[in-house]
Amino acid sequence: MTWLKQFLSSSIGLKIVMALSGLGLFGFVIAHMLGNLQVFLGAEKFNAYAAMMQGNPLLWPARIGLLGMIFAHMGSAAALVLRSNKARPTGYKSHQWLSGSYAVRTMRFGGLVLLAFIVYHLLHMTVGTAHGEFRHCMSDGAGGLTCFAYQNLVSGLMNPAVASAYIVAQVALGLHLAHGVWSLCRTLGLGNPRYDLLARRAALSFGGLITAGNCAIAIAIVAGLVKLP
Amino acid sequence: MDLTLNIWRQTSKDSAGNFETYQLKDINEHMSFLEMLDVLNEQLEGQGKEPVAFEHDCREGICGSCGLMINGAPHGHLPRTTTCQLHMREFKHGDNITIEPFRAGAFPVLKDLVVDRSALDRIVQAGGFISVRTGSAPDANAVPVPKDEADRAFDAATCIGCGACVASCPNAAAMLFTGAKVTHLGLLPQGQPERYDRVTKMVHQMDKEEFGHCSNFGECTVACPKGIPLDVISQMNRDLLVAQLKGRSA
Ligand code: HEM
Ligand code: FES
Repeated sequence: MTWLKQFLSSSIGLKIVMALSGLGLFGFVIAHMLGNLQVFLGAEKFNAYAAMMQGNPLLWPARIGLLGMIFAHMGSAAALVLRSNKARPTGYKSHQWLSGSYAVRTMRFGGLVLLAFIVYHLLHMTVGTAHGEFRHCMSDGAGGLTCFAYQNLVSGLMNPAVASAYIVAQVALGLHLAHGVWSLCRTLGLGNPRYDLLARRAALSFGGLITAGNCAIAIAIVAGLVKLP
Repeated sequence: MDLTLNIWRQTSKDSAGNFETYQLKDINEHMSFLEMLDVLNEQLEGQGKEPVAFEHDCREGICGSCGLMINGAPHGHLPRTTTCQLHMREFKHGDNITIEPFRAGAFPVLKDLVVDRSALDRIVQAGGFISVRTGSAPDANAVPVPKDEADRAFDAATCIGCGACVASCPNAAAMLFTGAKVTHLGLLPQGQPERYDRVTKMVHQMDKEEFGHCSNFGECTVACPKGIPLDVISQMNRDLLVAQLKGRSA
């Protein structure tokens, strides 16, 4: 297994771990957004969706998988950033950016913003300790669950300060993906001059869609378009 | 034109360096950047001072020895141009020019603007060659190479090893350099037998030299005086993945 150890500790191997975990998280983020957009269908539909998710036997395997991907992603990112700092101990007095992309320059700071958001978001909407009026799912007595995800979401995001934090995090996520989705294709060896522009635009569109979709929920709640039943 | 130069001075590998300011008068716009530095050195020698050490050889853009960080861009701001091919007409009367050595942990400064780039040589020694004798030049059509691959291999082969990719990369990565060698040899028929051993060995050496990783900033390909495309890095990643599937190690 020395080859595997060698591969996973190489700069490219670590980058591949980062790309694969990033890809997995990207898939989750899309599914998560589509799920949450159901808030526009009303409390009943949304709470039924939440009950279906909560009662799912795959809930814990999925959570563990996601946590594993986050750790793999952050671990490889941290290892590479530490190496990168070591690779240029003395910086330049003057420096010009030569290439146009802005999103790539936000990856590290944006990653930390995302980490902070993930922790807050879990305490806010999953554990409920960072939420004043959080209500957990209850057994409905007939083997099913009654959930209050709609009420939790709306009462949680009605506060403009909380909604702003969510919006900032979604912009960070959009930028992370606008670079990340393109970058992961290249990391996985799929870079090809013919598809490069397409991949760049696709990444930018995915980033934009995720930001727009998730922010739409926050904005609709603050604006009172989506309200408590 | 008159210029103010801000130049990194460092007496030896182990000494601390600092920036010194120099004034130059009446620089001819037809001079190359290196000729401008020659004028500065004559002036310094005339004053009994130590001239500025900088590396140069061919002065025609092919040897790759003249890399300098000029106002924060490797080889200056002009695309696809080495320092020796950069002319003073690209600057204006009264300009302030900051000149620094290429910076990377793997490129220790030897003196003033001269850095030791042997780390790149060691990457090539790790696998950037073809071990068997390929004989004298074969007949043009004896070994068919698809046009597309020949073009890509040739683009990669134009690398002059100047280190501008490392200098410009925020991670001080040597990915464009190593990717260029891997792509150049890996796409040609003569390079096939060692293709997957080559990529693992070269990447291993690149990491050992403590170059950084690729974040796909894309600075290197813009900084490269030969315009080597970023795709060579993706090609290297792909070859390394295939090498893993084949169970190769360095
Ligand atoms: C929803 C969560 C996240 C998603 C979907 C995601 C996705 C991605 C993707 C697809 C990449 C590109 C991989 C590549 O270049 O091959 C990436 C890179 C990166 N991610 Fe994330 N990420 C997430 C969270 C985080 C977090 C929490 C951190 C940090 C604590 C982080 C830090 C980074 C860094 C630093 C890079 C770029 C590193 C480099 O190439 O230098 N990400 N991410
Ligand atoms: S001196 Fe040879 S490339 Fe500039």
